[in-house]
Amino acid sequence: MKLDYKAIGLTVGIETHQQLKTRHKLFCNCHPDLSELEPEIRFLRRLRPTQSEMGQVDPAAFFEFQRGKTIVYEATSDTSCLVEMDEEPPHNLNTEAVDICLTIAVMLRARIVDEIHVMRKVVIDGSNTTGFQRTAIVAREGTLEVGGKSIPIQNICLEEDAARKTGEKGMISHYAIDRLGIPLIEVTTGPVIHTPEEAREVAKEIGDVMRATGKVKRGLGTIRQDLNISITGGAIIEVKGVQRLEDLQKVTRFEARRQHMLLVIRNELRNRKVIEKNLQEEIVDVTKILEHSNCKVIKDALRRGGVVLAVKIPSFGEIFGLELGPGIRFGTEVSDYARFWGGVGGIFHTDELPAYGISRNEKTDLMNSTGCKERDLLVFVADERERCEEALKAVVERCKQAIDGVPPETRASTTEGTTRYMRPRPGAERMYPETDVPPITIKRERLEKIGQDIPQMPRDLIRKLTVVYGLNKKLADQLSDSPFLDLFETIINETSLPPALVVVTLTETLKSLRRDGIPVDTLDEKEIYNLFLLVDSGRTIKEAIPDLLTWISNNRGRPAEEAVRELGLERLGDKQLKEIANRILDENPRISQEPLRRSRKILLGLLMKEVRGRAEAEEAIEVVNRLLSS
Amino acid sequence: MQKDLTGYRGKALDLLISSNVEVGSLIEVVDEETRYEGVLMPRYELADDEHIVVKLQNGYNIGIKIGPQTTIQQIGSGKKPKYQKPSIPKSRPNLPRVAIVSTGGTIASRVDYRTGAVRPALTAGDLYAVVPELSDVAEVKAEILFSILSENMIPKYWSKLARKIAQIVKTGADGIVVTHGTDTLGYTAAAMSFALQNLPVPVVLVGAQRSSDRPSSDAATNLLAAVKMATGPIAEVVVAMHKGLGDETILIHRGTKVRKCHTSRRDAFKSINVPPLAQVREGEVEILVKEYQQRDKTRKLSLKEKFEPQVALIKTYPGIDPRIIEFYKEKKFKGIVFEGTGLGHLPEECFPPIKDAISKGVVVGMTSQCIAGRVRMTVYETGMDLLSMGVIPLGDMLPETATVKMMWVLGQTKTPEEAGKLLLENLVGEIAKRSVAEEEAFDEAGL
Ligand SMILES: [Zn+2]
Repeated sequence: MKLDYKAIGLTVGIETHQQLKTRHKLFCNCHPDLSELEPEIRFLRRLRPTQSEMGQVDPAAFFEFQRGKTIVYEATSDTSCLVEMDEEPPHNLNTEAVDICLTIAVMLRARIVDEIHVMRKVVIDGSNTTGFQRTAIVAREGTLEVGGKSIPIQNICLEEDAARKTGEKGMISHYAIDRLGIPLIEVTTGPVIHTPEEAREVAKEIGDVMRATGKVKRGLGTIRQDLNISITGGAIIEVKGVQRLEDLQKVTRFEARRQHMLLVIRNELRNRKVIEKNLQEEIVDVTKILEHSNCKVIKDALRRGGVVLAVKIPSFGEIFGLELGPGIRFGTEVSDYARFWGGVGGIFHTDELPAYGISRNEKTDLMNSTGCKERDLLVFVADERERCEEALKAVVERCKQAIDGVPPETRASTTEGTTRYMRPRPGAERMYPETDVPPITIKRERLEKIGQDIPQMPRDLIRKLTVVYGLNKKLADQLSDSPFLDLFETIINETSLPPALVVVTLTETLKSLRRDGIPVDTLDEKEIYNLFLLVDSGRTIKEAIPDLLTWISNNRGRPAEEAVRELGLERLGDKQLKEIANRILDENPRISQEPLRRSRKILLGLLMKEVRGRAEAEEAIEVVNRLLSS
Repeated sequence: MQKDLTGYRGKALDLLISSNVEVGSLIEVVDEETRYEGVLMPRYELADDEHIVVKLQNGYNIGIKIGPQTTIQQIGSGKKPKYQKPSIPKSRPNLPRVAIVSTGGTIASRVDYRTGAVRPALTAGDLYAVVPELSDVAEVKAEILFSILSENMIPKYWSKLARKIAQIVKTGADGIVVTHGTDTLGYTAAAMSFALQNLPVPVVLVGAQRSSDRPSSDAATNLLAAVKMATGPIAEVVVAMHKGLGDETILIHRGTKVRKCHTSRRDAFKSINVPPLAQVREGEVEILVKEYQQRDKTRKLSLKEKFEPQVALIKTYPGIDPRIIEFYKEKKFKGIVFEGTGLGHLPEECFPPIKDAISKGVVVGMTSQCIAGRVRMTVYETGMDLLSMGVIPLGDMLPETATVKMMWVLGQTKTPEEAGKLLLENLVGEIAKRSVAEEEAFDEAGL
């Protein structure tokens, strides 16, 4: 399905979060790096929603708190101190990070504030040990030219990165706090983007500007985008945590389609004359009907003393099965609500039955006992009673929202580029001053000093790549897009490998391996570098690179050297090549009888087949030509 | 009516007054290059007079520099906060009754996101709103006795607090919780221990190391544990604070044996020289010692709330000037507690003024600056000399507790002999007879 983005009124705003390359964290003297050690410190906390003067608390957060949500923080003392543990007040704002932000603000022609005030933005999902994120506006109202269009930059903020979620089990979330406190710059565009392609271009340009300073981190996970996506007649959906530019385009496309499909469903429900009042939270116990069911989920739930509760959703027949995107049906959305609010594993509904061990008879019994007609739907859940009730309430709530179309939500992006429900959109941001950190006045002299050292804009970087390294425009673009610009320059400076080979490897080769499902994102830059050294020194050949990368990706933590040995991809010497070629000729005496051009071709084919990845084609050709000379 | 322009002075204040705006006003600030719109915020006290602080619509504050061309205009009045008073949950007749007396600090508070102000929760209703779980533990009554920073605590307030607690005990409360800033919480705990002897019910002091406006505050967990403890079996003055970095366990320390040992950690409070009395884990009280005073509502409280403020605590150090001691003597101080070195020693230059002070009726006691351990002044000659002058060895009493006890003792008696006798007597667990090897306690104290 191809959507006309203009017709549906797609509007996107982008928030780019980029880690800064500073000597230490934003509010303490810890190294701003992720720890490679096993956590040595663990502590358990509960975050309590604080009541605001208006009496408001984030409903989702309060709900989770009431359910007894606890957080286990994990730390190592090499990357975290008492500040990250919220056991010591923050130190002064890192001036190095402020200067980087000021530089980027100048590049984006933004207005720098006279005095920076650090704020506390309340976030109680556990990602900050304090229960708030420290953030400050550094500049406002900039602009960036992208493809001849002027993109307004609303705010440039300096903030602390959050802790990393490492797991979740029931009501306990695990977070590693090494990332907490790493300085981040956040650049927010106005909602002026209208196609997925444009979203990608704008994000790329913003990323390029930041990277041009040379003072931001590179590599996966060091840059993340949040998107605010809406279409006409829908609501603003905040999509969190998009890491790659390709994904950004995909996420925008899929999210536009999802919202469009929700409006289609809205129209269908209106046609069916469904109104909110029809959807009642009349929850019935259907345990009796399913007590002998062969369904594993139900059997397990009942064995643990659970129940099966159901709710009738009138006139929703066939709606749950409608596809909103790849692998996502309307039923998936509803199920995500049930999971979030009820903590259940998932839901069943009668449209998908018989299935999962639930028989046709059981389906009929369910429908009849609850008064469901053909066009109605029965949704049921098997778990502890309280969970079932909460889950079904959420199901009804989500179905009610379908009558209005798109509920405003915060959603998480998936690796496939789709989005999944995370939580309701929080109300107005609850912010109050971080009184532990004094404000910083930006003096004229400081701005003048920064003004003297403004880096080249990205366009100029592309020029550098094409002129200095002789890359064509396409490769230069790809490289500046990739997280490997620094790695590329290191390899070129320390080896005599052709720049194009290095760029192609770092971009296209990795991309195609990723497409084949090889976990290349776990690759350590150091091992990629070592691999190039092995090629440069003649230990192996460039044709072996894809196989070696595959092996290293699949054998995390083991060196490139070992990959060469394990795969037998040591480069063959001239003598060995000749021996193999002679052996092939001995085994296939007919080759020599062919006309010269043909015999050379056959021998080369057989030889290459045998030495693939161990010898360069040019060398093989030379050996063949020498053996079969006229 | 006086306009609220908190924190502003000089140039900024003049401009704000002449522009006829106040904190909370929606204003427009314009100069040659820029235009900002937002709500005027208070300025922090020590800041310059060149900037005004404005909360933008997106919730962020920024400081705007005032230039010669800057104009400020009110374009609306900010939304006034409407705080809905929470309703008090229905009282459950079977629950124990606990009184919460507040002395300052903010064990429970709410944030005004409009101005950033943090306001203390003042009533029982406020407390229930912030810590709703309280209503499962006890029927709570709350009252504010003082609103002071704990560093400003003085012995006169101890007397007042002790009288207040005695009065509440008389009403038949099942326990009392005192909220207190952490800086001097240990001192107040010791003071209440001496002033409120023979307690029929628990008196639990509690504080927070992280202010209660933040979601990660330890205030609510500490308060919950304190209220739980106030319904528990130990009828003594105790302190309830975090055991470690995490929120799962709250330790209960004896009021005379507890010390703040860290500037900022949640587990700053440690029992010194003795194990803690109990811990509260998952809402359950677990008693960790054999000897303590059992709750007994028929027991008659003995209120002895007088403290003599003319008492000094002097920590010795290499090169201490003996005139320091003379100063106190001349100022007619009634008692001096020394934090000696090691087993209880002072440099011999201090001997003459000490001898003189004692002869003039000043009561002098000796503790150790080692923090943990007991003084023993018969081991070395210096100690023997000091003893022979009449310096009283205060056993394993904490220097802070010893100072409070000195104030209390001199509030009870004017004769040095009787004071000396009382100082050496273990009245409320301030002196342990045995020093038990508590590896764990020692480690936890970070010593
Ligand atoms: Zn740190």
